[in-house]
Amino acid sequence: MTKKKKIIATASLAGCFGCHMSFLDIDERILNLIELVEFNKSPINDIKKFTKHCDIGIIEGGCCNDENVHVLKEFRKNCDILISLGECAIMGGLPAMRNGIPLKECLEEAYINGPTVKDVNPQKIIPFDPDIPKILNKVYPCHEIVKIDYFLPGCPPRADLIWNALYALVTGNELLIPYEVFKYD
Amino acid sequence: MGNTINAVIKKYNGDETRLMDILLDIQTELGYISDWTIEQISKALDIPAVEIIQTLSFYHFFHREPKGKYTIYLNDSVVSNFNGKDEVKKAFEEEAGIKFGQVTPDGLIGLFETSCIGMSDQEPAALINEQPFPSLTPEKAKKIIRMMKDGKSIEDIKGNKYGEGNNSHYLMRSLVNNNIQERGPVIFSDYTPGEAIKKIVKELSSTDIIEEIKKSYLRGRGGAGFPTGLKWEIARKAQGDIKYIFCNADEGEPGTFKDRVILTELPKLVFEGMVIAGYAVGAKYGILYLRNEYRYMRDYLEHVLQEMRDDGLLGKFIGGKKGFDFDIRIQCGAGAYVCGEESALIESAEGKRGEPRDRPPFPVESGYLNKPTVVNNVETFCTAVKIILYGSEWYNRMGTKESRGTKVLSVSGDCERPGIYEVEWGFSVNDILRKAGAKTHEILAVQVGGPSGSCISEKEFGRVLAYEDLATGGSLIIIGKKRNLIKDVVLNFQHFFMEESCGSCVPCRVLTVVYKKIIEKIVRGEGKSSDIENLQKWSVYMKNNRCGLGQTATNPTITAIKNFKYLFDESVKNNSESFNTSFNEDEAVKEYIEIFNKK
Repeated sequence: MTKKKKIIATASLAGCFGCHMSFLDIDERILNLIELVEFNKSPINDIKKFTKHCDIGIIEGGCCNDENVHVLKEFRKNCDILISLGECAIMGGLPAMRNGIPLKECLEEAYINGPTVKDVNPQKIIPFDPDIPKILNKVYPCHEIVKIDYFLPGCPPRADLIWNALYALVTGNELLIPYEVFKYD
Repeated sequence: MGNTINAVIKKYNGDETRLMDILLDIQTELGYISDWTIEQISKALDIPAVEIIQTLSFYHFFHREPKGKYTIYLNDSVVSNFNGKDEVKKAFEEEAGIKFGQVTPDGLIGLFETSCIGMSDQEPAALINEQPFPSLTPEKAKKIIRMMKDGKSIEDIKGNKYGEGNNSHYLMRSLVNNNIQERGPVIFSDYTPGEAIKKIVKELSSTDIIEEIKKSYLRGRGGAGFPTGLKWEIARKAQGDIKYIFCNADEGEPGTFKDRVILTELPKLVFEGMVIAGYAVGAKYGILYLRNEYRYMRDYLEHVLQEMRDDGLLGKFIGGKKGFDFDIRIQCGAGAYVCGEESALIESAEGKRGEPRDRPPFPVESGYLNKPTVVNNVETFCTAVKIILYGSEWYNRMGTKESRGTKVLSVSGDCERPGIYEVEWGFSVNDILRKAGAKTHEILAVQVGGPSGSCISEKEFGRVLAYEDLATGGSLIIIGKKRNLIKDVVLNFQHFFMEESCGSCVPCRVLTVVYKKIIEKIVRGEGKSSDIENLQKWSVYMKNNRCGLGQTATNPTITAIKNFKYLFDESVKNNSESFNTSFNEDEAVKEYIEIFNKK
């Protein structure tokens, strides 16, 4: 008798995909994983839209624009359990370094005054179009927008931590976090 | 300027442990402590500038920049807010033309808020250049500012309607009222200064005194309730050539003001208690640690001390007895609630930041300047004098089994007769409400023992004030049904603890901020039921804090949730658990859209 597989979705918001890369670092254990779970919306299989309700949603990155917010809220609606994966999802991470700087200054630095752009944008254009996401006033960690059930820290979190956590969550076994898996120096 | 600094330092013999006094005196002279001043002090005392800055930056009444020729500190306590602080604040702002936290461009007036200044029975109150201005109204506030603009002196602005009793003494001339509503048989009974000293000189040894205090079961009146006789005995037996007696008059718990009244009306009783403690313990030096908010009493208290010296009740050969020497100095604080904790108080008196020490060793073994030190509350010393005069048997006839004698209560809030009540232990909260003229059916809650105590509901008004039931340091804030408990009380208290945490221990430093933010969120109507669960759950971490004040810094929230869960539930019931109501997408993208709209 085969048990019903758990369904997983993942997304990278204002992140660098580093957490997803670390996820892939579980190496051959991905074969064990595929025995236990099925993937729905995720960059790993390139499914763009939710096709069914999921058990677990894994979020990399915080929210820096309104599209991130929409995706995150969609995940909350479609997943029973949401996990913030990595520093950016948990605390905003590197993108949140802009939080102390007024948004206008950030945009001007990025598109007009920065050393790599100042000679190539003579018209001083800052992109603004209904089709591109609107930038938020600051970068928000995911739990400030929706309820997050679990937090897996790291930049990125180690593959072993991701694996152990997912395995424990899917099988209902105890989560093992030996020191090597949870140290950051 | 340099001369002023040198003169002050000389006055304290260049002793770096007197840094608090040095800074206070220099600030009184110069208005603030500039970087240049710090450098001068550093050179003169031969200590690094950073040591001066770390003390300076700890206390909120020290300034490193000019805070105005007239500096107004308006009380931000719960009762001040009940009684119309916001209107008074607005009047100050309008008339002065600046917001709170600012100084007028001409440097004349500075407006600031401060934690409870011990005037809860006559709010809203403010300290202006260290002088208390109680019972303010918007009209009075405007008049005060106008007089300042006219260049009137503080004495002129105060006028001459001084408070009753010693508040009118020529060295105090304060507008404060005592509001003693009930005089009990121990503290506020008849008293002739020096009688107890005469008695011990004639017939009692130090061990006799300790035995008598032990037999009286007197417990410390500051709140913790440690047996006084035992404390004195340990200090007596402690090794050390020099020992100290401290009187803790750093009454910072919001809603408490009894020590202010006792010090105003019965300073000799307090000092005589310290002398007796000195005799019992074998100490020759006493220090009264007076909170900065009560510094307006200092000249008067110094005068009282001199009177006692002149009468042979202080100094050398007290009561004519050879070898019975004891003298008292006054140490002023500079604004820090945590200095009410005895080891923090000692640190502060040594000229350092008022951060509590690790214990053991306890102050009775190693306290001020690492010498055995007894720290007792103002009321404890007073009680000890009466026990010595009339005996422990007399004392034991009053109160309950675990709590003998009387307690001086500071009653404030929504009642007709706020003020001081000296009652025997064993009265119920209901009894006190009745005495204070509070109508029970109009009362929502009573905050017993200040923010660090508990917020009780009507169901518990039958509980008895005593160590065996509802222990208290003596304050009752009565909260009427017209108040918004979470906003007006809990949030104010959590803000207080956030401001006053000394920052030494992580749980206190971090959670006081977190708690305040969550309560704010609930007040905004954006709270979730999991927020309430978290508030209840996380308070256990506060037990890891070093001092008792830090350990109780989430009490306002958890006791309010315990007794008024329905108010919290009501405020979060419409909010989704899955989505954070406090995040508003339209607000979050507004700034971005505005940048382009302007173009």
